[in-house]
Amino acid sequence: MEERLPDAGPKAPGTKEKTEEPIARFLVSSSPHVHEGIRIRSVMGLVIVALLPASVFSIYLFGLPALFTILVSVASAAGFEWLWQKVVRRPGTAGDLSAVLTGLLLALNLPAGSPWWLILVGNLFAIVVAKQLYGGIGYNIFNPALVGRVVLLVAFPVHMTSRWISPSAWGMDAVTTATPLGRAREALLATGSVDAALTRNEAIDLLIGNRAGSLGEVSVILLLIGGIFLLAKRVITWHAPVAFIGSVWAMAGIFHLANPARFADPSFHVLTGGLFLGAFFMATDYVTTPLAPAGKIVFGIGCGVVTVVIRLFGSYPEGVSFGILLMNAFTPLIDRAFKPAVFGARRAKTA
Amino acid sequence: MGAGREFAKGLWSENPIFRVVLGLCPTLAVTTSAQNGVGMGIAATFVLLCSNVIISVLRSFIPRKIRIPAYIVIIATFVTVVDLVMNAYFNPLHKALGIFIPLIVVNCIIMGRAEAFASKNGVLYSLLDGLGMGIGFTISLVAIASIRELLGNGTIFGAAVMGSSYVPFMLLILPPGAFILLGTMLGAMNRVEIALARRAGRAPSIRKEHDCASCAIFAGWSNAADKIKALEEAGR
Repeated sequence: MEERLPDAGPKAPGTKEKTEEPIARFLVSSSPHVHEGIRIRSVMGLVIVALLPASVFSIYLFGLPALFTILVSVASAAGFEWLWQKVVRRPGTAGDLSAVLTGLLLALNLPAGSPWWLILVGNLFAIVVAKQLYGGIGYNIFNPALVGRVVLLVAFPVHMTSRWISPSAWGMDAVTTATPLGRAREALLATGSVDAALTRNEAIDLLIGNRAGSLGEVSVILLLIGGIFLLAKRVITWHAPVAFIGSVWAMAGIFHLANPARFADPSFHVLTGGLFLGAFFMATDYVTTPLAPAGKIVFGIGCGVVTVVIRLFGSYPEGVSFGILLMNAFTPLIDRAFKPAVFGARRAKTA
Repeated sequence: MGAGREFAKGLWSENPIFRVVLGLCPTLAVTTSAQNGVGMGIAATFVLLCSNVIISVLRSFIPRKIRIPAYIVIIATFVTVVDLVMNAYFNPLHKALGIFIPLIVVNCIIMGRAEAFASKNGVLYSLLDGLGMGIGFTISLVAIASIRELLGNGTIFGAAVMGSSYVPFMLLILPPGAFILLGTMLGAMNRVEIALARRAGRAPSIRKEHDCASCAIFAGWSNAADKIKALEEAGR
């Protein structure tokens, strides 16, 4: 919105002389009054750059189906954002890259070779229902990409949990297989022990990403590189990711020590599933997570606890997305409990 | 007001679900199939009709201070009738609706019409009011249930209509789908009402709390010009 203080420049021809009270001539606006010049677009751009290594690697691993998933998802997310603004005639935010990021994150949460309609439905719910119906960017309670994923998981369980492709460069001889977490659960149900599944997964394979899974969960190292890049650029802080991953490790470790045959090794839980993707790229979202450092730590621990409880005792093999969404709902409460200190304020001295 | 208008108001202008937003518990819970919607609608319509008539007849005998317990006794009587009849003659439907049949006793629509209308009006008008509200409720239930069944299961009244390649969108059969769909339909109905009101040159009859202008998100819009423009577009 363009506003100009009176007398700041030559008046447009034909403007009527204002006869208001002097006080009314001052520009009144709400805070913030000082800007750092950071735009939504540049922050979103940095996050997209941070996700690129993992995205490109997923295309190398799963081939053209992965490329197809990413392209359709990004295009449909941006398309729905643009369409929504045309329909409701609201000022555009389609250019701020936030929808592109949502589309990319959702794609990284999908199995390679997802059918086009599945990706479209996911993005429709992510952009229109989870984001725009709540009022658009800045007003959404839940992470849009995760809402899209969970809607698909609940609505199309067959397509979302049993059609994983095992990695083979360019997807030539793609065979469907189960994810490590899925295999651990199947073995547990069949034999009452998780060891059989674990021996098939070397830690090094998990680290570099030689395993089945959704596009963005396969390569822990590349996601970690992206996360460190964001930390270095000060786009995110360490609190939520460290608390999230740490609490998953600690809680899985406690259960593993109590009963090693029933519960898998904590490092298995840290390296599998969407934990790194969720911890660095979704539990750090500005809109849907707490503001203060202490609040971010509480948020991360909550995500970790819910994730481990669902993985170990729930009916789904993976709990990262449910963990983050549940804690999204608690974010206003956490923000109220852990208010950041007001700039310049001093703690009152007790006599 | 004429008898015709007392009947017709339940269908659109005071539709219990989409305008007054009452009776949401059965609306959200039982609308997983069109058949359930029809069953629930007819059961509630019968109770509403009978309780409106009886309460209207007895309206000068019921002491004001204990009117609510008196209404509940009357309503519960007819709910028991419906419950037993459905159990005897429509057993599968009775099983599908389950606890929501006895819960008609505390349905806000029926209590609301008793308190707001039947206790103040004559028998004929109360009968027409109950019939109109009941039919409006039934139509709304069937509309919601049909969409949920069609998209969530690929069928309408149990008949497959979406073709064999259709993958059911199971979310709509589940509780969150009911909330999302109802909210979307409420929004769409408000749009229709605004358009109708503008054409007729009257103010749209939308309750303040269902109106975008009273929403905190709307109030938070930084750009006042947009807000004013949107208000003008909404027709006020």
